[in-house]
Amino acid sequence: MERIPILRMGEFLLVTIQVDMHDQLAMTLQDDLSERISSTGARGVLIDISALDIVDSFIGRMIATISGLSRIMDAETVVVGMQPAVAITLVELGLTLPGVITALDVERGMKLLRDRVQSR
Amino acid sequence: MNTLRQGSQPIAIEQDVVLARQTARKLSIECGLRLVDQTKLITAASELARNAVIYGGGGHMDWELLEDGTRRGLRLIFRDEGPGIPDVKLAMTDGWTSGGGLGLGLTGARRLVDEFSLESAPGAGTRVTICKWT
Repeated sequence: MERIPILRMGEFLLVTIQVDMHDQLAMTLQDDLSERISSTGARGVLIDISALDIVDSFIGRMIATISGLSRIMDAETVVVGMQPAVAITLVELGLTLPGVITALDVERGMKLLRDRVQSR
Repeated sequence: MNTLRQGSQPIAIEQDVVLARQTARKLSIECGLRLVDQTKLITAASELARNAVIYGGGGHMDWELLEDGTRRGLRLIFRDEGPGIPDVKLAMTDGWTSGGGLGLGLTGARRLVDEFSLESAPGAGTRVTICKWT
């Protein structure tokens, strides 16, 4: 079955979405991530969406759900690399992703994640 | 207004939503839409293709590349033979959903395009037409 790889780096999990996701793949990622947070005790999740050239309401909801579920599993999520055109479209679509922490790129995202995990 | 090219493709299952997005992307580039407008149109197409699969039980996406003077446009028509929408006005309300979604598909798609029309009646299927111009 097709899957999006989840990499472990210390106490963080890294996900880079590089394919045009169909809905089932997005759901699988959501399930896999919650499973991995639980099995590894990860403190943070970094999701790189720089390769996505659209985020529609379904993918947006998946991102918000992952962020929410990781929080209640004691992990922080940071979404990085959203393309400007995607950000403009998301806001116009009506999806502002409340509660989702974002950073411009992976480097800033990792720093944000470390800072947030340390301050907890 | 001239039609330069046109075509159609089925949207029967979830994977077809991805294919519909890919077609919309290819055509919006060919049409000459700028990047933000490409992104908006592809996103709207994704929402409407998913609606056709989930609520309409599958259907088709028809497309037309248009030329109107110096402007070029891409028109996409999503049609299904599903149960239709009993209350179109209600369906066009932000946040209203008959399924498990966010209720942003139809209303969001409308905000992302230049032209939007919705025809539906109970038992008569649904037809949503969107268009974006350069």
